[in-house]
Amino acid sequence: MADLLSSRNLRRALPWVVIVVVALVLPAVLPPFRLNLLGRFLSLGIVALGIDLIWGYTGMLSLGQGIFFALGAYALGMYLQLSSLEPGQLPEFFSLYGVKSLPAFWQPFTSPLFTFFAIWVIPALVAGVLGYLVFRNRIKGVYFSILTQAALLVFFNFFNGQQKLINGTNGLKTDTARLFGLLVGSDAMQRHLFWLTVVLVIAAWFLCRWLTRGRFGDALVAIRDDEPRLRFTGYNPTAYKTVVFAVAGALAGISGALYTVQSGIVSPQYMAVPFSIEMVIWVAVGGRGTLIGAVLGAVLINYAKSLVSEQLPETWLFIQGGLFLLVVTALPDGLVGWWRQGGPGRLIAMVGVPPKAATYPSLDLDPEVQAEHSDIDTTPRGGAS
Amino acid sequence: MTTAQPAMNLLELRGVTVSFDGFLALNDLNLQLAPGELRAVIGPNGAGKTTFLDVITGKVRPTKGDVLFRGASLVGQSEHRISRLGIGRKFQTPRVYQNLTPRRNLELAVRGPHGPAALLFGSLSSDQRDRVQHLLGVVGLESHANQPAGGLSHGQKQWLEIAMLVAQDPELLLVDEPVAGLTDEETARTGELLCQLAGDHTVLVIEHDMDFIRDLQSPVTVLHEGHVLCEGSMDQVQNDPRVIEVYLGSETQEAA
Repeated sequence: MADLLSSRNLRRALPWVVIVVVALVLPAVLPPFRLNLLGRFLSLGIVALGIDLIWGYTGMLSLGQGIFFALGAYALGMYLQLSSLEPGQLPEFFSLYGVKSLPAFWQPFTSPLFTFFAIWVIPALVAGVLGYLVFRNRIKGVYFSILTQAALLVFFNFFNGQQKLINGTNGLKTDTARLFGLLVGSDAMQRHLFWLTVVLVIAAWFLCRWLTRGRFGDALVAIRDDEPRLRFTGYNPTAYKTVVFAVAGALAGISGALYTVQSGIVSPQYMAVPFSIEMVIWVAVGGRGTLIGAVLGAVLINYAKSLVSEQLPETWLFIQGGLFLLVVTALPDGLVGWWRQGGPGRLIAMVGVPPKAATYPSLDLDPEVQAEHSDIDTTPRGGAS
Repeated sequence: MTTAQPAMNLLELRGVTVSFDGFLALNDLNLQLAPGELRAVIGPNGAGKTTFLDVITGKVRPTKGDVLFRGASLVGQSEHRISRLGIGRKFQTPRVYQNLTPRRNLELAVRGPHGPAALLFGSLSSDQRDRVQHLLGVVGLESHANQPAGGLSHGQKQWLEIAMLVAQDPELLLVDEPVAGLTDEETARTGELLCQLAGDHTVLVIEHDMDFIRDLQSPVTVLHEGHVLCEGSMDQVQNDPRVIEVYLGSETQEAA
């Protein structure tokens, strides 16, 4: 009994051991450039987790997650602009537009503590308020998607136009700033940021798993599958949707902050329409409603994108479009869903190798043998008798 | 509970009219339900039976008139508030959450706090767990308790939805076509179940199956063109010339 328990625990612990070892070893193996790319793509896994939460589980397709992603990124970007200044100095770009004193809303970002909270609380609040107004009016489905995209465009245009406040189109540089005494763009700092990203992706995954596992998660699935029905059972879907949309907003903010320090800049391009659509594609390809699928989708697609773009820069958009079509037509549950439903086995069977069966192969697979033994119940388990 | 009127109606519809762009789905509908009563509602297609439930449960707002539950108006309240007051509804076609197991379907429905915080931070009490387990047994879904409900047969889904309704433990159960698509045996058992529920609960059943209604031995309300045509026992109703005219056809009165 004790052996059984420990071997089971071992099997459970194994993936985590692998993750920890890989995370520790990778910085030594990968060149800094590749490591930095991996860190960036992992941080995108966090925004993808949020999208999975609201889309995969709750059925709300948001095309505006870039808003919250950028808000988190700007919060950290502003702090980094200020943190390496002498007292009385202003960030450089202000002088270009003749701004003499720091705008009031920049003031709180001198505080690291405020910034720490601003990165996720501000996006969560914006998402919560926006979400509440939309959900309260029972706007859903495609109208919700359009609305989020419209909101994204509003934010995008606003940030682009505000040279005097946030350097408009040019954005804020983050790699020349110092954080804990290290240059953000330095290899050492990037290594630490990679590890931080790994830790936060895992933390975000645990958060999402906690949210989706219990009755709360069941309520989300119920909203996705039959929202009116849930109302008649005494649930107020507005509250659930607001909460989960705010959580997704907070995750997007954290994701954006991690992404910006690993890319060296934050600009309104983070709120470009195609980027937010790409986020949705990552989740669709990885697997809606499977948390690990969201992270895998974000990392794999972005890594593929960067590899393909290095070799054949023009082809990526076609590949991405093809992937999306493949998922929509053939893999509705994404790669992870396909894997879990025995997709690899079927693929192997298609090339002629018989799949492994749990019991008696001929009884499970051969119709003739089945007919001879029709009195035997071959349903795997829990079948009706 | 108010002590002013001991024999107060649990549910009362007063002159309820619902107009969809001029079409009167309900037309000056009046109906009273006493606590503990079992009432059947019948009517030809388009008589307004489903709209009538929509009005009570808050899905449709009446154009005119009032709906009172325990003496307080329900008009203008949202669906989930009305549900929390103690009104449960079973839909015409079974609406269970296909991707959740029957157990989890019931755990969502079971009476208790239904806010996000309660579901995240609280867990089911042992009472609630027992109740879910008990209901799984009552509707014979124990062996399917942990497989997605989407794989259940039509009859099993009907029963699961009835179990969900019972799990909610509402004072008033509104049951829309509970035996549609069920076998005779399942129909009989559903009838027994509803009769058991009446007394402790107030039950309103909408059904097309005349034999089923007759077996319930409950008062019958006939709806026609959004209006109550007549009320009485099944025999009275079936012999009422107005009913025969609008509902049972011309002169032959067929059961079913």
